[in-house]
Amino acid sequence: MKVHLFITCLNDALFPKTGIATTQILERLGHTVEFDPRQTCCGQMHLNSGYRKEAAVLAKQFIEVFKDAECIVSPSGSCVANVREMFINLGKWTEDEALVSDAEQLRERVFELSEFLLTVEKIEDVGAYFPHRVTYHPTCHATRGLGLSDSPLKLLKAVKGIDYVELPDSSQCCGFGGTFSVKNADTSSAMLADKCDAVNALDVEYCVALDNSCLMHIGGGLKKSSKEPKVIHLAEVLASREER
Amino acid sequence: MSGGGIRPATTFTKAARLALQNSTLRQNLGFATRTICAKRESAVAEIPNWQELRTLGAGIKDEALSNLNELLVQLEQKITEAGGTVHWARTAEEAVEIVASIAKRHEVQEVIKVKSITSDEIELNQGLTHDNIIAIETDLAELICQLADDSPSHILVPAIHKNRDEIRELFERKLGSTFDSSEPKLLAEAARIYLREKFLTSKMAVSGANYAVAETGTVCIVESEGNGRMCLTLPEVLVSIMGIEKVLPLWEDVSAFLRLLPRSSTAERMNPYTSMWTGVTPGDGPQEFHLILLDNGRSDILADATGRQTLRCIRCSACLNVCPVYQRVGGHAYGSVYPGPIGAILTPQLLQMADVNANTLPFASTLCGACYEACPVKINIPEILIYLREKTEKSTAESFGFQTVYRVMSNPRLFGLVLKNTRLGASVASTFGLLKPWTNSRELPDIPKESFREWWRNREQ
Repeated sequence: MKVHLFITCLNDALFPKTGIATTQILERLGHTVEFDPRQTCCGQMHLNSGYRKEAAVLAKQFIEVFKDAECIVSPSGSCVANVREMFINLGKWTEDEALVSDAEQLRERVFELSEFLLTVEKIEDVGAYFPHRVTYHPTCHATRGLGLSDSPLKLLKAVKGIDYVELPDSSQCCGFGGTFSVKNADTSSAMLADKCDAVNALDVEYCVALDNSCLMHIGGGLKKSSKEPKVIHLAEVLASREER
Repeated sequence: MSGGGIRPATTFTKAARLALQNSTLRQNLGFATRTICAKRESAVAEIPNWQELRTLGAGIKDEALSNLNELLVQLEQKITEAGGTVHWARTAEEAVEIVASIAKRHEVQEVIKVKSITSDEIELNQGLTHDNIIAIETDLAELICQLADDSPSHILVPAIHKNRDEIRELFERKLGSTFDSSEPKLLAEAARIYLREKFLTSKMAVSGANYAVAETGTVCIVESEGNGRMCLTLPEVLVSIMGIEKVLPLWEDVSAFLRLLPRSSTAERMNPYTSMWTGVTPGDGPQEFHLILLDNGRSDILADATGRQTLRCIRCSACLNVCPVYQRVGGHAYGSVYPGPIGAILTPQLLQMADVNANTLPFASTLCGACYEACPVKINIPEILIYLREKTEKSTAESFGFQTVYRVMSNPRLFGLVLKNTRLGASVASTFGLLKPWTNSRELPDIPKESFREWWRNREQ
């Protein structure tokens, strides 16, 4: 199958490793991976910060880039949730019927990576090898926004050599929340401190999640408090091989 | 005075910063919300068709909201037929004035109150003092807040921010009680002795209302302590204040909410006291009944197709308890009697999105979605938060930043150029101190040598 990467602006700029890992996983499964460099941002940051008009333009730009893509896969639950759940609202709120119908048509074709592997590919073991002690933070937009619940754990648990430890109160938000992290930095930091304490108490090497925005926040907090553990995107764990 | 209104005195950001410095508050809140959340989860898990019940509740509310005009008139007619009087209040001031005039007509100087957040919304207690009328809170936690000259910090558990030692000290000071220990039982007994006397001597009571049935003219209050029932049955005059959105079309509609509300709020299968009355019954209970229908900004919310679902709220407070922001900052940070996620959407809308401080509330959320998941009437709070954020005034500096990012993002070529210079950009931003709000509590990620698109291009070549 031809799979179109929706890399997300954040991954493109700051976390290319995640995009590379996603490409590797999909190619190993026999897919042809396409990347259209006309893609930028899905508009979530503008929409969630109250800049609706700008977000609508970015949404339409996104739809234009991916209009012929049969299957779109992204290593971000948050951005997929925006495309799938919020584009329609954006159309309604700007009274743009074309946007509403385009968004309705698009939503069926966009998948978060773990969701694609589990529900389209119907595969749990992607042949990964990662001999490390890890915990997993289920990010809010993937867990509740996309309704993935704890299904991505199936992929993680199937990784060879992995030593998985459950994170207490795992479904609690890490406190990132996009611009919330700077607008309400004190509250955000208080939430982050609790998340970091929970991770630090586990004596793990890595905290895994499927959204680099949240991981940037958690990782930034962990780095401030200690050297270990590190954060890593689920795609990078799933792309790891024994020969490495 | 207990009460508080809905107009925040400052921004959420400032109020939250202050609240976060209080470690006792955080401990009290953390303990209380964790306990309530765990109980709620198991109470909800007992109902196999909980999701269908939520859909049913949301549907009934939506139907009521779409026929509100007719239903309110029908309710007025039924209550009038049953010997009650219905008043219409456009604003908080009008509602307070109506209560005061009834009290004055009966020459009453003291009224007892059933726990009512609507009365706190209109700052009834303070309003009545202008006419030298004292309102006595009879809900234990509301009483605690009143005695402490403090405002409630939670819809359901107004004194959630206080622990038992603080309450003991308060009762010793204000009620003159003496205690051997801070056992909740002893504290409750002291309150009981104080309140019983009030129940037996007061001539007039004021309450809110959980539901009112248009079909029958029946008003309903659910509560846990029984103090509400004392107020609703012992005095001669009863005045109930109800937001116009609380009306339900049919008698049978109440049943869905009698199942949804207790499990979502107190995590009980059923609340201990459910009081229902229709007008007045000669020789039994209050012989004079007034229902005040309060608008106070609700019609404007109703007129907004997206904001409208806010009015489904049944004040269960499940969204407060599950909210990671509320759990840390508590109710006072929201500056309104409606705190937490529901407050973050209700308060600014009640103020027509025209209050600068209230307009910071839609930003008091990470959009984590825990509130929507817990809401028994499926109010999509994160969606409304996002919707309302657009209606707020932005600072020039912030707008400039977002416009700049927008210009880059709406131009793929420019975006590609920026990605080539991420490292430069980060160091420039850092020089100008733009990254401070982030780096104060978080390190920056390592900036990669090349962006994904550069990697992709190199690979293709």
